[in-house]
Amino acid sequence: MAGTAVRGRLTWQTATVGTVTDETSKVRTLSLDVPGWGGHQAGQHLDIALTADDGYRAERSYSIASAPGEPVAITVERLDDGEVSPYLTEDVQIGDEIEVRGPIGGYFIWDPPVSGDGPLLLAAGGSGVVPLRAIIRHRCLVGSSVPVRLLYSVRSQAEVIYRSELDHLNQEADGVKVIYTLTRQQPPGWTGYARRVDQQMMAEVVWPVASAPAASAPPASAPLAYVCGPTNFVEAVASDLVALGYPPQRVKTERFGATGTP
Amino acid sequence: MSPISRGFHRRHQEAEPAGRVPPGQYVTHDFPVLSAGPTPHTRLSDWTFSIEGSQSPASWTWEEFQALPHETVTVDIHCVTRWSKLDTAWTGVSLDVLLDAVSYTAPYVLAFCDGGYTTNLPVADLTDGKAWVAYSYNGSALAPEHGGPARLLVPHLYFWKSAKWVRGLRLRDTDAPGFWETYGYHMYGDPWREQRYAGD
Repeated sequence: MAGTAVRGRLTWQTATVGTVTDETSKVRTLSLDVPGWGGHQAGQHLDIALTADDGYRAERSYSIASAPGEPVAITVERLDDGEVSPYLTEDVQIGDEIEVRGPIGGYFIWDPPVSGDGPLLLAAGGSGVVPLRAIIRHRCLVGSSVPVRLLYSVRSQAEVIYRSELDHLNQEADGVKVIYTLTRQQPPGWTGYARRVDQQMMAEVVWPVASAPAASAPPASAPLAYVCGPTNFVEAVASDLVALGYPPQRVKTERFGATGTP
Repeated sequence: MSPISRGFHRRHQEAEPAGRVPPGQYVTHDFPVLSAGPTPHTRLSDWTFSIEGSQSPASWTWEEFQALPHETVTVDIHCVTRWSKLDTAWTGVSLDVLLDAVSYTAPYVLAFCDGGYTTNLPVADLTDGKAWVAYSYNGSALAPEHGGPARLLVPHLYFWKSAKWVRGLRLRDTDAPGFWETYGYHMYGDPWREQRYAGD
């Protein structure tokens, strides 16, 4: 729980939409030009506020998709009954201004000097991949050799966010391995996992942990797990990790409910 | 002056009861789950609730706790991630009953929990019928992912103050940040004043 506290008032700032990238048919990444952005850590989130011409205002939180030092980016999944996400994925245009404040959150982050050099086990359910992508990009940009495994559970290949980036990392980056499980629909010839994450899959995928006396703190070189996705996914993965010997304090989670971030 | 987002408009026309939804919140009918780590599973035979830091500390086993006078309350809850849920029904023991068991002058507590979570509160926000240790939600035993076997319920503050898996209170002479407060969330957390983050 080392000191990564956010201090001082977080003020709303005007951001300009810089680029718009379609990730899937329902998911879009927006890069935001935020003058005076104070920087962020991998895994943090920010608040977005939209104001309608009648003064109506809506605020939501989104994970930051970019690594520290990169322009701020968010990746938004359109929820059909949502209010903010349809606007951000369908209506917003390059050059539009929106309000942001952040960064927020200091626990679900990976910061090499503080987090140690343990291998990373990242588990993503659907759009839960967003903050984990920021962690992977950060790991590559700082030249870290920490080994990374990303287990990414998604309904179909068409719904994989950052697919070309992840596939490229899988082939080119030393020490980064991406393991997909396609839970609903698989392409012809698919040989990967094709079911919801279960303990057997976790046992095959995760870094093994040395059994240690319960009272002793795990070393900084012990594996560190980050789990992000819908509640059911996170509950299952986190309890599987504990069952496989991961100390609970080495399992960081971020969950969103059915309406967590519309 | 906030920039206007052309084409953005309110989509949810559902009328929200006046005066019940704090600024920046929206009403959800689900019950989202937000936790920083794995859900702890504590056996009831190992569970206790303790009040520490007074001249006369108190502790109850699960059986003793169940035998305390309890009440069912219907309250609105407000999460700092912006969902509010109206008319949630909880059963539990009032903090008035629990704090009456100890003699104290300390003005603050740090609530502590299975899994290592903590959160800080003024004692004045726990007394006079404002807070409970709840073990039942909508008539059923509180589910582990929602904080069972028992969680703090302090509905007039943002819901991170209603610590899940609570195991006790530590009385303190000074206010010290708990888990989320250390990571930049507000020390007090009044949803009606939008005290989300430090400095709000």
